[in-house]
Amino acid sequence: MLKVWAGLLALTLIEVLLAYIQLAPGLMLTLLMAFSVAKAAMIMGYFMHLKFDKPALTWMLVPPLIACIVVMIAYLLPDSMRALSLRP
Amino acid sequence: MAHAAAQENALLDLGRKKLGMWLFLVSDALTFAALLVTYSYLRLANDWPHPFDFSPAIVFSSAMTFVLLSSSLTMVFGVAAAHAGDRSRAMKHILLTALGGVVFVVLHLMEWRHLIDEGVTPFANPWGAPLFGGTFYLITGLHMTHVIIGVVYLSVIAFGFRRGKFDSEDVEVAGLYWHFVDLVWMFVFPLIYLLSVAPSG
Repeated sequence: MLKVWAGLLALTLIEVLLAYIQLAPGLMLTLLMAFSVAKAAMIMGYFMHLKFDKPALTWMLVPPLIACIVVMIAYLLPDSMRALSLRP
Repeated sequence: MAHAAAQENALLDLGRKKLGMWLFLVSDALTFAALLVTYSYLRLANDWPHPFDFSPAIVFSSAMTFVLLSSSLTMVFGVAAAHAGDRSRAMKHILLTALGGVVFVVLHLMEWRHLIDEGVTPFANPWGAPLFGGTFYLITGLHMTHVIIGVVYLSVIAFGFRRGKFDSEDVEVAGLYWHFVDLVWMFVFPLIYLLSVAPSG
């Protein structure tokens, strides 16, 4: 568990360094979200014990969650991109 | 885990309290997801300000992240001690976790105070995009509410477990809630803070 904690801290440190060197917004968002999803997986898998529970629990919880979030993004993102192009 | 077979879900091999907490956490995750997606929408549709200087704001919020991550680790130790039946050791670790939560809230309120002094309110701020304050205070405020509820929850569980009022499954369920609060911050921190760092000049 100490290793997981150290890994989470290391990923956070990389994120903060990325913010310090300031990449292009799109690339920055992609990298940050990739790191955050990795951190979420580590927290759920080890700290929240999901990796050591029955796989049925993970299958019950995670895919519906991802599906709902994908639907939210899929409905709003095209419209926000349109709003972006309408900006003066 | 020692609890009656009648309380277990056979397919998932899981106590009903734990299952209940997991289902709540999924719905709570969707609440935060909806807020963060809305925030992203507003951000794309407006000229969003980048008000956070690397120092002190980002260094400060990084310290808050460190405190919250570390409090998750002490919670893991607390749950392990609870399953091992060491009640006083479990209480100490859970209270240490709650202390981490208190430190996080105090640091975060200092950060809020700093922004309020700069003139950021839910409906206006000096940098344009009036909704900046609204989304910032709503998302970080809802997260802070979760931390405060978690501190109270953990304190009740810590003392109750010490007195033998709760079993180790109750401790584990409280742990699930606490790790979830940590998990949500892993998305709030980059989306709200790290993407709004002021250009260095």
